[in-house]
Amino acid sequence: MTDFLQLTLSGMATGSIYALAALGFTLLWQASGTINFAQGEFVMLPAFMMVVALHSGLPLTLAFAISIVLAVLVLGWLFKRGLVDPLFKYGMMPIVVATIGLSIAMRNGVRAGYSAEPQPFPQVFSDKIFEVAGVTVSAGDIGTFVFALLLVLCVQSFLNKTVTGRAMQAVAQNTESASVLGINVPRMIFYTFAINAVLAAAAALLVTPTYLAKFDMGEGLGNKAFFAAIIGGFNNSRGALLGGLIVGVCENLAAAYISPAYKDAVALIIFMVVILFKPQGLLGTKEERKV
Amino acid sequence: MKKLNLLFALAFLAALVVVPSFLKNYGIHIFTTWLVFIMATMGLNLTVGYAGQKSLGHAAFFGIGAYTVAVMLKAGFSFWLGLPVGASICFVVGLILGFPALRVQTIYLAFATLGFNTALWLVMRNEEWLTGGTFGINNIARPSLGGLSFDGNLAYYYLVLAFTLLLAVLLWGLLRSPWGKAFTALRDNPIRAESLGIDTRGYTLLSFAIGAAYAGIAGGLYASQVQFIDPALFTVGASIMMYLMVVVGGPGYFLGPVLGSAVGVVLPEWLRFAQAWYLFVFGAAVVLLMIWLPDGLLSIPDRLRARRASREASAARAAAAQSVAQGVKP
Repeated sequence: MTDFLQLTLSGMATGSIYALAALGFTLLWQASGTINFAQGEFVMLPAFMMVVALHSGLPLTLAFAISIVLAVLVLGWLFKRGLVDPLFKYGMMPIVVATIGLSIAMRNGVRAGYSAEPQPFPQVFSDKIFEVAGVTVSAGDIGTFVFALLLVLCVQSFLNKTVTGRAMQAVAQNTESASVLGINVPRMIFYTFAINAVLAAAAALLVTPTYLAKFDMGEGLGNKAFFAAIIGGFNNSRGALLGGLIVGVCENLAAAYISPAYKDAVALIIFMVVILFKPQGLLGTKEERKV
Repeated sequence: MKKLNLLFALAFLAALVVVPSFLKNYGIHIFTTWLVFIMATMGLNLTVGYAGQKSLGHAAFFGIGAYTVAVMLKAGFSFWLGLPVGASICFVVGLILGFPALRVQTIYLAFATLGFNTALWLVMRNEEWLTGGTFGINNIARPSLGGLSFDGNLAYYYLVLAFTLLLAVLLWGLLRSPWGKAFTALRDNPIRAESLGIDTRGYTLLSFAIGAAYAGIAGGLYASQVQFIDPALFTVGASIMMYLMVVVGGPGYFLGPVLGSAVGVVLPEWLRFAQAWYLFVFGAAVVLLMIWLPDGLLSIPDRLRARRASREASAARAAAAQSVAQGVKP
């Protein structure tokens, strides 16, 4: 039982990181119909920005702040202007293919231009371990989980409580009516891309101490973020959190109780079950198809 | 125009027959790999380009074909049994994988097939009793037929060329048949196709199954060509690369895979010393291609033709307007 609790807790830490990336995924999808295949690389790039900043002697907090600013500029503004805007009129698949190309370019650009070796990264939270009622808990796991959860809840309340957030939701639901109501649609869409970039930078901060900064670190992460988003419900931003946690916890339990070699298949199996029986996801609502 | 195309095709075929005999082993190896990937991506072009099903798990079928041939050769069976068995397994698995495609479309399907690829890769890596795990299978023999041995690199190249031509002719015939039209109807408007009485379920499954069988044959030939296979060849990354080859060449163009495989396999193999930079440029080029030429490289002639036609039409309109104006004035 204590093993089970321990595994669940550390699974929740990993799952909350998946949730950050998955939330960015769903926000982009809702606001602009963009499926970002480079989502994993969007986490990898800020990690390397932080590595570079740390190498030049900056403290971690400053490095993180710089990576957020750069991420909003490059992964938010430049990505939207350079790739999504010109392709938007062609529909979904050209954007998907272009982001696949982008992910290959980013991965190999870092490999060729910086380093193919994994780069060490400092611990964000202390590596202290303490026991609560017989269950061993690491401060890192708790810190990661709390930080990620706070961030997700912040984004949620921003979307629900503020005028800007409401306007962004309106754009996501019906772009035409939103612009009739006087909402600045392009700006709201840009905000979504900026939030996605910030979430990616935060995920980079949390995931890199354990994964290390490597050019291909985003490969698995991006897929799992997508699976998590679908499992939770693609048109519901609360679904991303649920999906991320489900994937993280199930993965950890399966690795311990079934087989560590097939750990990466867990997200896939849950995903298959969900799309076969409830294609709109656990918290999602159905969308009609048109001729 | 038709005659010119035919002439060009014949010249290209002659080049495929003649050029490798002047090449060293490495050149022959690159040419053979090119043909193998043409076969695999021809199948993917049917699934993606003609039938419009977004499949991102094609390397899994390629792997099934390769491992079937390798395992059966090790167990003492003939290559000529292994190849059709591999293709049939791919056909059946392709049918089964087609079922999610009946429920979900586009991006969901892409991720379902991608997930299937991951699962199969895990099996290849972990089930050591069957696949040799990460060490793979080595010393895969090359086949012989009657008195003919395909042991030599050049001889094997001609065998692969024969298979490529055979599969190309079969695909050409399939696409010209009513089936081919049904596939494109499925891509262009599935609901209308259904209302016209096309069995969309059956054709969706078939497009997957036939595409998978093509990959299976290509995989089997590849195993015997390189004589050593391991799971690293059949990752999700390889599937995505195959998808990009189809898209870059021109999905729905019969010769798209020929061009796509050249860009996706021949060039990176040739520029191996600068692989990371090549892939960086390739990825960036895909982004630019999507922005300027979303229908692939082979759409350039069509585009030029369309532009010329519209220019001629507007010139004709202008001339007609002028003559009308002149007719009125005097």
